[in-house]
Amino acid sequence: MRCTEPRELVQAYLDRELDLARSLEMEQHFRGCATCSEAYEEGRRLRTALNEGELYFSAPADLHKRIRAGVRDEARRGARPRFSSWRATAFGLPAALAAVIALSIVPLFRRPMTPDLLVDEIVSGHVRSLMAEHLTDVASSDKHTVKPWFDGKVDFSPAVVDLADHGFPLVGGRLDYLGNRSVAALIYARQKHFINLCVWPSSHEETRGAPEVSRHGFNLIHWDSSGMTYWVVSDLNPAELEEFAGLIRDRMASAAR
Amino acid sequence: MREANQRANFEAIVLPHLDAAYNLARWLLRDEHDARDVVQDAYLRAFRFFDSFRGGDSRGWLLTIVRNACYTWLRKARPAELQVSFDEESHGRGGGGSNPEENLLRNANAQSLKDALERLPVRLREAIVLREVEGLSYAEIAAVADIPIGTVMSRLSRSRERLQEFLRVSNGKEV
Repeated sequence: MRCTEPRELVQAYLDRELDLARSLEMEQHFRGCATCSEAYEEGRRLRTALNEGELYFSAPADLHKRIRAGVRDEARRGARPRFSSWRATAFGLPAALAAVIALSIVPLFRRPMTPDLLVDEIVSGHVRSLMAEHLTDVASSDKHTVKPWFDGKVDFSPAVVDLADHGFPLVGGRLDYLGNRSVAALIYARQKHFINLCVWPSSHEETRGAPEVSRHGFNLIHWDSSGMTYWVVSDLNPAELEEFAGLIRDRMASAAR
Repeated sequence: MREANQRANFEAIVLPHLDAAYNLARWLLRDEHDARDVVQDAYLRAFRFFDSFRGGDSRGWLLTIVRNACYTWLRKARPAELQVSFDEESHGRGGGGSNPEENLLRNANAQSLKDALERLPVRLREAIVLREVEGLSYAEIAAVADIPIGTVMSRLSRSRERLQEFLRVSNGKEV
């Protein structure tokens, strides 16, 4: 029997681009349609093969240095004529105000939402952890190694779960400092992407909504649950990051029960 | 002082996406040295146009610049690659518009999935690399490649058909 569902719809399901209602419809459809469910399985097989193919080319180590040097020269060379007009046109801020704001790097950019210093701190922490090669203080994929490591370093005991079976292996843990307090950062990987999960005790007992924020190409998801606050940050795409957050929420909830 | 701030902002916001930039350039150009040169140039360009960046998705912003730099470079150095892919794409859908035999021939020399991916026409390769290797969403790919989401979907679909075909053939060989 030929199926009339467009092939792109199966693909969009595979890529997590469908909304919830459409996803459920597709799942229902797969049960009755061998053509589409085989197409979906084939898509999954290709994805697995691509994941295992070591297809990511990381930048050569010296390129980072060369670009920084190039940018420095460029800034010096182009400084006089370009930047005098640049500042006025780019931000239209009075000089004094610009000088004050420029002291902190990220808030320089206008953004639609209310300034949220915590979000900036979390993104900065994430970027720092990747750049300074200080991703983990304790590197281990074993939750029984990572969890006890936090004892005595933070005044709470974060639950640690492994999601390797869902394609998000635990990489390790790190101590971070956010919003004037020490927090536990758990690091997970998705292929070449790293996800920082920051956890600390919350004043909100109940789970509130999980607003998603995007900042400078990084996506963040936040929620409160069982007296803890969770922030997830990564350059992973929103759909897969939402999948990760959903898994963490489920596991944490069943761990608390 | 102001230049120093500008540079610090740039380094904090754009430099972290260097791997993404290099990965895209390396896949589009299929050459380590070309990718390195083009990425370095693209970064300088990005720095010069940094005032046009108004916050938001800095990775997408950078990747757009890198992608354009790659195409400019290809147009100058290897125009045939763009020409061929355009012809292949202008055909309808279903196996990229070509017959299965032709696909087999095209992939006959591919040793691995990596080879097969490298043999895809550049625009199909771009779509699948951004999705499967870099992990971008349809909307993000559409923005970087400056195409409608429908085109993203059809390019992905055609890339996948060809790669799946390669997997079928290479698995068949092994058995």
